[in-house]
Amino acid sequence: MIIYLLSFLVGGLICASGQLFLDFSNYTPAHLLVLLVVIGCCLTGLGIYSQLIDIAGAGVTVPVMNFGFILTKGVLMEVEQSGVLGLFTGALEIASAGVSAAIIISFLIAVIFNPQE
Amino acid sequence: MAQIDKSIQDYKKMVNKHHPQESKLKNFFLAYLFGGSICLVGQIINNLFVFFNFNPTQAGTLTTIVLILIGGLLTGLGIYDELAQIAGAGTIVPITGFANAVVSPALEYKQEGYILGTGTQVYSIVGPVLTYGMLTAMLVGILKLLII
Repeated sequence: MIIYLLSFLVGGLICASGQLFLDFSNYTPAHLLVLLVVIGCCLTGLGIYSQLIDIAGAGVTVPVMNFGFILTKGVLMEVEQSGVLGLFTGALEIASAGVSAAIIISFLIAVIFNPQE
Repeated sequence: MAQIDKSIQDYKKMVNKHHPQESKLKNFFLAYLFGGSICLVGQIINNLFVFFNFNPTQAGTLTTIVLILIGGLLTGLGIYDELAQIAGAGTIVPITGFANAVVSPALEYKQEGYILGTGTQVYSIVGPVLTYGMLTAMLVGILKLLII
């Protein structure tokens, strides 16, 4: 049960930090998304991210930071198995589902719906 | 010819009076509330998939896909952008916001055609996110190779 509370608290904190970044700088939401993904990659490299997932569950897997996690985790896994080649084969190893889903679903929705006035 | 009888300071005062006063504290808590709630919904969806005997990895992936679908649909219906007016980063940071950022330009440029409009614009936010994500991931991989 505690996982629900923690996912709310940690996820909310990440979003609220993003809000502070937007409010106290002139950067756009696109910059925020890129920054979060890069932070996610770094935290994964340091080995912190999987621990965070154990603690907060969806609180860290729902924010876009998770893209950084799955990209980096794929690279690290493949690098262990196949060395230098893994740098290239790994990036989309785990991320492929999320990336494909985002592109295919978004395209279909853009085809079905019309822009709002 | 009419004379401007306001000094720069007077003018700034007038502008400030009509400028919407956004409370940064209020924005912070709204982002917290909405962002946290979306993550909570994600956790519930995830646990539902686990309940129906998917393994944790599959459940995580399926949750991501469902959230992208929800974010995309709400964007198509025009609801997500209304929410974003209130919740700010609370709706931008979760994966639903990513879906929103992918769908919005694709919808907006639909009139330019399906190839050069929608087809191109789908990548306008996936592009930078994936490029910098892959670059950083590769850098981490190189560091790992060097350390081993």
